Amino acid sequence: MSSAEVLPAAHGDGERHRRAAWLRSLRRSLRPTRVVAFVLGTLWLCVVLFPIYYMVLTSFRSQSQYLTANPWLPTGGLSLSSWANVFSSTGLLTDFVNSLLYTAGTIVLVVVLSLLAAFRIVRHSTRMAPISFRVILFGLAVPIQAVLIPIYVIMAKLQLYDTLIGLVLVTSAAQMAVAVLLTVNYVRLIPGELFDAMAVDGASERTVFLQLVWPMARPVVGVVSIFAGLGAWNNFILPLILTQSTSTTVLPLGLFQISTTNAGFGVNVPIVMAAVIFSVLPLLLLYLVLRRQFVKGIGGFALQ
Amino acid sequence: MSVSSTITHGGQLPISGPAPRFGGGQRLRADLAGLSPTLVLYGAFIVLPMVFALFLSFTSWDVVGQLTWVGLSNWSRFISDPMAHNSLVVTLELAGLSWVIQTPLAMALGIFVAGKQRYRAVYAAIYILPLLMSTAGLALMWQGVLAPTFGGLAGLGNSLHLSFLNQNWLGDPRFTFFVIVGLITWQFVPFHTLIYQAGRRAIPAELYEAAKIDGAGPVQTFLHVTLPQLRYTIVTSSTLIIVGSLTYFDIIYILTLGGPNNTTEVLAMDMYNAGFVQTEFGYASVLGVVLGVLGIAVALTLVRLTGFGEMQSGQEGIS
Repeated sequence: MSSAEVLPAAHGDGERHRRAAWLRSLRRSLRPTRVVAFVLGTLWLCVVLFPIYYMVLTSFRSQSQYLTANPWLPTGGLSLSSWANVFSSTGLLTDFVNSLLYTAGTIVLVVVLSLLAAFRIVRHSTRMAPISFRVILFGLAVPIQAVLIPIYVIMAKLQLYDTLIGLVLVTSAAQMAVAVLLTVNYVRLIPGELFDAMAVDGASERTVFLQLVWPMARPVVGVVSIFAGLGAWNNFILPLILTQSTSTTVLPLGLFQISTTNAGFGVNVPIVMAAVIFSVLPLLLLYLVLRRQFVKGIGGFALQ
Repeated sequence: MSVSSTITHGGQLPISGPAPRFGGGQRLRADLAGLSPTLVLYGAFIVLPMVFALFLSFTSWDVVGQLTWVGLSNWSRFISDPMAHNSLVVTLELAGLSWVIQTPLAMALGIFVAGKQRYRAVYAAIYILPLLMSTAGLALMWQGVLAPTFGGLAGLGNSLHLSFLNQNWLGDPRFTFFVIVGLITWQFVPFHTLIYQAGRRAIPAELYEAAKIDGAGPVQTFLHVTLPQLRYTIVTSSTLIIVGSLTYFDIIYILTLGGPNNTTEVLAMDMYNAGFVQTEFGYASVLGVVLGVLGIAVALTLVRLTGFGEMQSGQEGIS
């Protein structure tokens, strides 16, 4: 028997195996539980996408097209006029810059302060640190809505009412409990031997923080940044009670103002839709870049 | 511990806790340097306001005029105020219904996206989208979808000849409360889905193999493996859902202002009106304190009920 005769046979065998494996996997994915899961999962996908699709389509209409065309089909005319209006006739660009400053300030403050505090809580020298930790953790249970009135009064007394700095300070304080919890649990994972080795070398606390804690804590810094960033970028109630001028308006408030100044009979829905999309775009881009960290961060929060 | 004892211990691994490296004053200074910025911020904008809110609840004040001590009169007003009773009931209904809807939905979706199939990863990436939107943006988007006559749902009703879709969803007292619950679900289920996804992925695969060997079906596997293993995840997610919906404000402020007929007038909305619209800071502080106590009570109860607190303090003991 020549080898030429064996080869096709082996080939056929492989083919048969592959087909069997394929059939097995098909049968597995056609199991009733899998089919039900697929159907229900797809249903929720539609629930998520349905308003978003509506919003995107509507943003590409003029006001008159909005009133006449079918709201779900791209027929009946599309136009960029609402998008042009968002940039020309609203203060949304200023709001955007304000939101950027507000978010960046909050992220920096929350990350630096929570990491500094976590370092002391984990490597504490006195009883003060664990007691402080308990006090801060208690804040997890205190809803910010409960203290809005005093916060408003305190900010007015401190001359910080209607300033972005005031907004950053209050938002950071509100985020601190979650941030400290996350960072403490992470800094605890740094092996004590590393700290001791640095102590033996006579390193100062400052050096230990800058050369050990900060570099080791990179992943949790990402997670805390995401939490703090979302908390500031999307915040509505704190800007609502703590700012009033157009020069300090942030995006969520700006969106709300666009919808209310147009309120009544002539409400211009397409402009509002374009403005909302514009406000989400930065986060969407960031999400595409940092998706893994984002998902891990929230999941990790749950497993604390 | 003094400096000299630190030197004699030098280089040895500490038995419990980190070795003190300085004298008493220096040690306190080290802790202070790291902690004081956080404590000052936290004290000024969280702790002080809590005390201040309690104080204000015994006063009458409109910010501009004289602050006067009125004793318990704000509190007795709260006890006999039918509006406040309504707000309390609406708040609790909102929290309860949110929990009942969001928990099974997020759990099912979390388990679904924890699966290995590639299409599920794609779905999971899309499920997250609502989480990226600000509440203001999300509310305005839905306002467009739900608007009567020209809105998305009404338009769909027109094309499909389903006229019941054309309703005043945000103005009809029969629907508004449930519409708001639905929107809150749409907004927060993604977050809890991620929590359950992580929880499901943390369950050891051996448990499922063992269940399979024992001949357990999908329902039995869920009841005897998945559900008990997810208990801490359920506590975390439930606490966040309930405390979060007790204080829910943004969507309601933007879409209904508590209306129609106060069907969506939650406590937070009531407090905002009393404080920032009617400038009755004393009475608004009563509502704020009630809100705070409610949040703290729910969080502590859930933590106690499930032994989550023991886990936490156990961790502290190790460090």
